[in-house]
Amino acid sequence: MDFSLSKEHEMARQLFKDFAETEVKPLAQEIDQEHRFPRETVEKLAKYGFLGIPVPKELGGQGCDVLTYAMCVEELSKVCGTTGVIVSAHTSLCVDPIMTFGTDEQKQKYVVPLAKGEKLGAFGLTEPGAGTDAQGQQTKAVLDGDEWVLNGSKCFITNGKEADVYVIFAVTGKVEKRGKMMKEISAFIVEKGTPGFTFGTKENKMGICGSSTYELIFTDCRIPKDNLLGARGKGFNIAMHTLDGGRIGIAAQALGLAEGALETTIQYVKERKQFGRSIGQFQNTQFQLADLATKVECAKLLVYKAACKKDEYTKNPKISYSVEAAQAKLCAAEVAMEVTTKCVQLHGGYGYIKEYDVERMMRDAKITEIYEGTSEVQRMVISANLLK
Amino acid sequence: MKVVVCIKQVPDTKGGVKFNPDGTLDRGAMLAIMNPDDKAGLEAALRLKDEYGAEVTVITMGLPKAADVLREALAMGADKAVLVTDRVLGGADTWATSTTLAGALRNLDYDLIITGRQAIDGDTAQVGPQIAEHLGIPVISYAQEIKVNGDKVTVKRQYDDRYHMVEVKMPCLITALSELNDPRYMTPGGIFDACKADITTWGRADLKDVEDGNLGLNGSPTKIAKASDKVRKGAGEKVVPDSPEDAVNYIVGKLKEKHVI
Repeated sequence: MDFSLSKEHEMARQLFKDFAETEVKPLAQEIDQEHRFPRETVEKLAKYGFLGIPVPKELGGQGCDVLTYAMCVEELSKVCGTTGVIVSAHTSLCVDPIMTFGTDEQKQKYVVPLAKGEKLGAFGLTEPGAGTDAQGQQTKAVLDGDEWVLNGSKCFITNGKEADVYVIFAVTGKVEKRGKMMKEISAFIVEKGTPGFTFGTKENKMGICGSSTYELIFTDCRIPKDNLLGARGKGFNIAMHTLDGGRIGIAAQALGLAEGALETTIQYVKERKQFGRSIGQFQNTQFQLADLATKVECAKLLVYKAACKKDEYTKNPKISYSVEAAQAKLCAAEVAMEVTTKCVQLHGGYGYIKEYDVERMMRDAKITEIYEGTSEVQRMVISANLLK
Repeated sequence: MKVVVCIKQVPDTKGGVKFNPDGTLDRGAMLAIMNPDDKAGLEAALRLKDEYGAEVTVITMGLPKAADVLREALAMGADKAVLVTDRVLGGADTWATSTTLAGALRNLDYDLIITGRQAIDGDTAQVGPQIAEHLGIPVISYAQEIKVNGDKVTVKRQYDDRYHMVEVKMPCLITALSELNDPRYMTPGGIFDACKADITTWGRADLKDVEDGNLGLNGSPTKIAKASDKVRKGAGEKVVPDSPEDAVNYIVGKLKEKHVI
C-alpha cells in the first residue's frame, strides 16, 4: 500500500492550488456577501479544462482520473465552497450520468460541450415532497407521439438558473415490485430554453451563497423522445448511481473546507497574542489543532480511497464504490462541520465577523452534511451493507 | 514556424534565499519553479502556436531534476522538450551555459529562439544575448510585445523611460520580460500527457561545435567571491521635529553630511 501521490497527481494538485489562490480566493468573500454566481470564474474553469477532468479526451474531456477531479474540488473548496460545488454538481451529477447511461448521440451532443465547459450542467431529483425519499416524486413525464411532456417542479437545484443542460427525473408510470405498486421513474435530458421550462424561487441560503440554487418548473414542457436517458423505468438506479459519484465530489468539497479553515486558523493562532504570547503557545490550542489535523487526515484518506475505488469501477463496472463514497462523505462532512466550528472558536470574536474566512467556511460546511444524501442516509447505506 | 524556448529551473526566492555553509545556494531547501521571465517567453511562444500553428520546443540545461520544468512546459502546451544534462557541464557560469545551449541549439531547426531576460537566481541577463552571439543571429532584448509578420518579427523593446520598436528578420533571438504577458496555467490533461511524454536527453557528446575548455566549471571565467541574500536595512533613526522648517533643516543637514548635496 503506497500512500504517496504520483508525479501527475502532485503536479495537478499544485495547478489547482495555484489556480484557487490566484483566481478563486480573491472573489470568495464578495460572491458570498453579494449572493452572486461567479460566472467569470466558471469561464476560467472551462478554459483550463476543469469542467471535464474525469471525462475521456474523445468526449472533450481531460482524460484524467476521479482522484484528480476530487483534488480539484478539494483545492477550490479550500478557498471557496461555492466554486467547489459548481464543479462538483456539473461533473458528478450531470456529465457523469450522461457519460455512463447516455447513447453515443447523447454523449456527442451533451457530454462534449459540457466537458469543454461550453455548457454548464445541473441535476434535478429533489422535490418539495421528495428528498431522501426519492419515491415521493410528483413530476410526471408522459409520452405523446415523439415527445415526452413534463409537468411538475424540482427544488434546491445547484447551478439552477446558470446551467444549460439538466438531468431531470420524472414518474413515467407504475410498476409492480415485490407485490407492491411502485412509481416507475425515468431520467431525461432537458435543455435550458425549452418552452415550458422556467425557474421559480431563488433560494436564500445559509452558506455556499454564490451558488445558484433555484426551483425548476415544468409546465407542459415538451422534449424529444430521444432525450430519455438510459432505459425507461431505470431512473431510480441512474439517480442512485449518480449520487454515489456525487458524494465523492461533496466529500472532497467538505475536505477542502476543513483544510482551508485549519490552514487559516494555524496562521491566525501564530499571530494572535493574548496574555503576552501567541495563542498558538497555549496547550489548549495545540491539542485542539492536533485533534483537528488528525481528523482532516482521516477524512482525506477516505475521500481519496473512494475516488480510487470509483477509478477501479471505471475499468471494471462490477466493482461497487457505494459504501466507500458514503463513508467518505459521512466522515468528511462531519469533520468539516466540527473543524470549521472549532476554528471559529479559536478565532474568538473575530471568527464571528464576516471579514474572516472561517465565518463563511463554517456556514458553507453545514450543507455538506445535508445535500446529496444527508449524513443519516450515508449511515443507512453503510449499515445496509453491513447487515445484508 | 519553429520556436525554441530556453527555460531554467530556479529556486523560488519568494520565501527568502537559503545558502549552504560554503556560500553556494542551498537549492534543496527551496521550492523549484520555472524562471518567471522564461515562463513569459514560453507563453509568447505558445501564443505564436495558437495564432500561426508554430511548433514549440523547450530546452533546459541542468540536473536531471530540471526535467520537471520541461514537463510543466509540455503541460502548458509545448510540443517537444530537450534536457541537456551531464556532469561535465556542472558549475557553469553564463559563458559556459550559453556555449552549452548554443551547442544544443545547433542540432535544432528554429526560426525564433526565446529566452527569459534573466533568471531570478543569478540576475545576470547575459545568457540570451550570448547564445545569439554564439549562433551569429540578431538579438532583441527586453521584449514587452512580440508580433510576427511573414519572415519578420516586430518587438516592442522596453527602456527605462521609453520603448523602441525593432523589426528583424528571422532567425533571431528575443529575450522576454515577465511583463510580456500572463502565462497560462497547465491543464489537467496536459499534465497527464506530459508525465508520459518522452524527453530528449543530451549530454556533452551531443553538443555541436563546442570546445571542452568552454564548458562546465573549468570553462567558466566567473569566480564567485561571495554570495549573499538581500541585506536588510536597520530600523533607522526616528526624529520628530517641532516644525516643518526644523524638518527641512534636518533633512538638508543630513544630505550635506552624506555629500548628496
